Amino acid sequence: MHMATTLTINGETKSFDAPPEMPLLWVLRDILGMTGTKFGCGIAQCGACTVHVDGKAVRSCVLPVSAVANRTVTTIEHVGSTPAGAKVQKAWLEAEVIQCGYCQSGQIMAAAALLAATPNPDDADIDAAMAGNICRCGTYVRIREAIKHAANGRQS
Amino acid sequence: MNAHNNLSRRALLTGGLATGFLLAFHLPLRAAANEPAQRDVTDGKFAPNAFIRIDETGRTVLMMPQVEMGQGTYTSISAVLAEELDADWSKVEVQHAPPNDKLYGNPTFGLQVTGNSNSIRAWWLPLRKAGATARAMLVQAAAAQWGVEPASCTASKGEVAHEASGRKLGYGELALSAQGQTPPKDVALKDPKDFVIIGQPLKRLDTPDKVNGKAVYGIDAILPGMKFATVAACPVFGGKVGKVDDSAALKLPGVRKVVVLDDMVAVIGDHMWAAKKGLEALKIEWNEGPNAEITTKDIWDDLRKASQKDGAIAKSDGDIAKALASGDRFEAAYELPFLAHASMEPINATVHVRPDACEIWTGTQIMTRVQSEAAKAAGLPVDKVIVNNHLLGGGFGRKLEPDMVIAAVKIAKQVDYPVKVVWTREEDIQHDVYRPVYRDQITASLVDGKVAGWKYKVAGSAVLARWLPPAFQKGIDIDAIDAAVDAPYDFANFHVEYVRAEPPAVPTGFWRGVGPNNNVFAVECAMDELARKAGKDPIEFRKSMLTKNPRMLAVLNQVAEKSGWGQPLPARVGRGVCVQPSFASFIATVVEAEIDDIGEIVLRRITSVVDTGIAVNPDTVKAQIEGGLIFGLTAALYGEITIDKGRVQQSNFHDYRMMRINETPKIEVIVVKSGEAPGGIGEAGVNAGPPALRNAIYAATGVALRRLPIDGKLLAAGKKA
Amino acid sequence: MSGKMRILTSLIVIAVIAVALGVWIIRGPGPLDFAGGSKVALADYRAGKPTGVPARLEKASLVERGEYLAKAADCMVCHTKPGEKDYSGGLAFKLPFGTLYSTNITPDKDTGIGNYSDQDFLNAVQHGQRRDGARLYPAMPYTSYTFMTDEDVLAVKAYLFSQPAVRAKAPDNTLSFPFNQRWAMIVWSAVFNPDTRFTPDTSKSPEWNRGAYLAEALAHCGECHTPRNLGFALDNRKKFAGAITAGWRAFNISSDKATGLGNWSDQDLISYLSLGHAPGHGSASGPMGEAVDHSFSQFTPEDISSIVAYLRSVPPQPSPDLPATTAPVAPTSHKEGVTADARGKKVFASACASCHGWSGESPVSPMATLTGTWAVNDPAATNVAQIVISGTKRHTPDGALSMPAFGNAYTDDEIAAVANYVTARFGAKGSKLTAKDVAELRGQTAE
Repeated sequence: MHMATTLTINGETKSFDAPPEMPLLWVLRDILGMTGTKFGCGIAQCGACTVHVDGKAVRSCVLPVSAVANRTVTTIEHVGSTPAGAKVQKAWLEAEVIQCGYCQSGQIMAAAALLAATPNPDDADIDAAMAGNICRCGTYVRIREAIKHAANGRQS
Repeated sequence: MNAHNNLSRRALLTGGLATGFLLAFHLPLRAAANEPAQRDVTDGKFAPNAFIRIDETGRTVLMMPQVEMGQGTYTSISAVLAEELDADWSKVEVQHAPPNDKLYGNPTFGLQVTGNSNSIRAWWLPLRKAGATARAMLVQAAAAQWGVEPASCTASKGEVAHEASGRKLGYGELALSAQGQTPPKDVALKDPKDFVIIGQPLKRLDTPDKVNGKAVYGIDAILPGMKFATVAACPVFGGKVGKVDDSAALKLPGVRKVVVLDDMVAVIGDHMWAAKKGLEALKIEWNEGPNAEITTKDIWDDLRKASQKDGAIAKSDGDIAKALASGDRFEAAYELPFLAHASMEPINATVHVRPDACEIWTGTQIMTRVQSEAAKAAGLPVDKVIVNNHLLGGGFGRKLEPDMVIAAVKIAKQVDYPVKVVWTREEDIQHDVYRPVYRDQITASLVDGKVAGWKYKVAGSAVLARWLPPAFQKGIDIDAIDAAVDAPYDFANFHVEYVRAEPPAVPTGFWRGVGPNNNVFAVECAMDELARKAGKDPIEFRKSMLTKNPRMLAVLNQVAEKSGWGQPLPARVGRGVCVQPSFASFIATVVEAEIDDIGEIVLRRITSVVDTGIAVNPDTVKAQIEGGLIFGLTAALYGEITIDKGRVQQSNFHDYRMMRINETPKIEVIVVKSGEAPGGIGEAGVNAGPPALRNAIYAATGVALRRLPIDGKLLAAGKKA
Repeated sequence: MSGKMRILTSLIVIAVIAVALGVWIIRGPGPLDFAGGSKVALADYRAGKPTGVPARLEKASLVERGEYLAKAADCMVCHTKPGEKDYSGGLAFKLPFGTLYSTNITPDKDTGIGNYSDQDFLNAVQHGQRRDGARLYPAMPYTSYTFMTDEDVLAVKAYLFSQPAVRAKAPDNTLSFPFNQRWAMIVWSAVFNPDTRFTPDTSKSPEWNRGAYLAEALAHCGECHTPRNLGFALDNRKKFAGAITAGWRAFNISSDKATGLGNWSDQDLISYLSLGHAPGHGSASGPMGEAVDHSFSQFTPEDISSIVAYLRSVPPQPSPDLPATTAPVAPTSHKEGVTADARGKKVFASACASCHGWSGESPVSPMATLTGTWAVNDPAATNVAQIVISGTKRHTPDGALSMPAFGNAYTDDEIAAVANYVTARFGAKGSKLTAKDVAELRGQTAE
């Protein structure tokens, strides 16, 4: 059964028809045309689909859209408007983290949520927050570096 | 052809052989790669060749003959063009080139293909000439306007200047008049010491849009009226669709159509979710065909048997029989598993088949083949097929195949709207074109602590024979033995054979690192075992046989120093080295790893020293080695596709495991300054990781592993070699 | 008769008496003996109709009634190998003494039950006897189904015979001696099969009686949740105290307040049975997940309530190995709470935290919340290890929810470590699983 759903995404109210169990990922990509959030595995093992729900990193590929009604969703398209997101994006470019970039929407969302909660993460914090995000190009060394730069605002 | 600008024997083989046969078979070829490509005039713009477009505002658009899949080639290719063009780097933009072998065919292959780590190697001279020619035309235009000799003008950062008179004109201002200039026949290229863009750590052109979701990959294509499809191919390789009961699927909301192909079923829906639910609701009976009982064991039994045969001789120097009859003999066989590519962007293609044309949106490494294969599938002439290429969310060789586009065209033919076909991760892993299983046998003899005879037999699939049949000659796959014939060491008696052994059922293809994957692993594992047999330090042993290879020797010396080689380590911690000349780059790598009591491996530190000749963008070279190491180590630690009942047993990242950030050690990559022509770099790191790790394990535990992936059970404390 | 023979005969007689006495002791009470009320024959019971289908299906066809009852008896799960046709058999039951394969119960005449007469079918379901006279192993819960009425059994038969005939021969069992001696089941059955139909208890409510019939005759709860005695039969002295079945722990469902269902609200129980999830108590997975998907979720609400009423009456049986209370929510920071097992934490960070969260409260779905579940509060970590090995796929009304099977890519050491980490972080007492334990658990899981 489809139903009209209303969500707040990136500060805007969006209404659409979708079955309640439909994962948020497909609502974003295929209904709302917001393709910055990526499909990688569909089973929450790679993190490419990470978005923020009420500021926390969540895998949208397994998150039923009905679970986010009345909650605030932020995606990669808008994370730059949050202080932590802006810092992460800047650090990512300064450290030239990105290769193919496909997983990086998710990496950046996970890193931004980490910094918002833990402004000065150590290596263990980074492992705990980022180990769920796979990067097939193997940019992990630079991800770690960029998170640390973003945290203390140093230039790379 | 420009094979002479490549340094490796490999490039000669690949370039020379492949090109020769391509010519012989009348396959499309670039007319003359060393000359600026054919002009492609665009109104109101300066378009001196297929690669450069400058408009009146000075906006400089560079057409990319190679594809961007993370390796940074858009930035490096732009740098090569912009260097000789003396463009204003801040005004450079890139565009994906359309399919056109004549204009954009890779000079080594004669096809518009991105692979074999050769984008920069192959295009180094042609693009510099293209840039320099365009620059000369801009200078001519300015000189004509000012009535001065072109030689009295200079160009820099998108401007032509006449120093004597202090006059300046921007490239934008010159665009229209430059278009009318006659291109000079022979244009001088810069002396590398005058490079101002090449060799700088350039910021990548593609990354700003990759931090904010704006970058568009093939999977992100959106078209008016588009629907979404997902597929299920017969789980058994070679099997076909039998009966399909779609009654339940078609009742689901959002499901539009079920398309039954020969070996695959697709469900089209309003979104991927509907398509997925529809696919789950189908009842499909497969005709599994002759491969329904095949197992990994069968495949290995076959390969081991085949590997006993004499192979086709790829190289034979000296008297191998005599050499092997003397000294201390060593024999070993190294075995490598099937591997999936698992690029992060799952397989996809968006297709709109109209009555008179077929338009495709995808990310591919092989533009023109996609176009011609799509034409066949659509039943249209090639010129009616439009291919829009995109950024690739990883390629790794998977996107050297057109299968996903062919299938998408067949699906899209059944409807009149555009269809985005996206494979689930499970389909992506279970219907890949796999890195083949290889069995590499090395027989060697030691005399006076050095290798006196070296016989190396590679047995495995000939990917090239399928992928580029004219290049497969005399029973030799020049890719599968690439780094076997191209060994860096001075072996007086040196013999390489190749046995073609195609696995039943399982399709095989190129996988990042290609042939050198198996060769570098076997050679470097054997060298470590031989060093131990000779009672020598692994690095000293190698150095004694690198006297004729100064570039290799230099990086090896440097990696020994930077990695702390020889410094004491705790128990069950070891360092392992790997030396490789693959893709015309010279790389020495040391991995330091700890093997804990239960045999689990903890990577501690990796040091890699790279001489890739002129590093167009040194930061990209570092990044490619860092990432390549992780890619290769992931395979060494976890990578194996197994087959049971003709089916792949792995399906997603929970059972086809990837290295993660919490397993990644500190990686130091040192890029050596060099004036040599650029080598390949996109795949080199992949080859370095597995043998260096394996040799670290050998050093730490004494266990000489000869199979990948690494089996931790063999490494638990107390196990003996 | 020679002297020797006499002695031998006496010995045999003594042995038989001893065995009979032993059997009497071993067999223990029947599944409904705990209730102790006065029983009447079903035909004489007037307060309600504890057997058959719910009222709304009374008028339905025989096949439709049979379908409801077949689902209530959960025939499908055991008689279908994953990926194969419904009811075509072939599912492996790995037992300590070999592997048993379920049979094809589609109406195929050669490989299924197409030739079964009504009496043949009754013999199989109620008496454990095959059409060819051979005895069934008690993996087939005929000691429970024996309580079904003939009418209900034959309705199930009608339903099964309405299904497509599938030609599929199950592999031969691989039981070792003496377990491969089917004739021995004659003795077993004589001792342990009560071979009696359900008799209502007039001292209890009609709802209780309906619940008793559903739980005992059809849903055969005790087959997993009641420990077994020396004879591998249910030990109803410890009715519903919990047991290990097919490598999974079926938890205590007696009315014990601490370790059973005594503290669950009716709504919790209803939710758990009909949806496979109760907030704060976790989600059904493994064999119970299948039971919910294929059986309990198909029950009418009245039937679910009846089962709840019945469960409430089962006397408390403590599980001394379980903690008196389940652990509260863990800290949201990975650094707080249990941090000991580094290997387990590493696996958890990589493969688990995305869905289960560092606090144990899932950011994705309440069904994936670990806090409060018996699985993570079981110091043996049986179900935690099992679900990591084999995953789960649940078909809930909200759509499929699944956890992948990590068993093929993670080592026994890693699985033991992550189970120990998870039980320590989210449960009351951490487990001490070893790689060897995990290897054994892998061996017990049905294919």
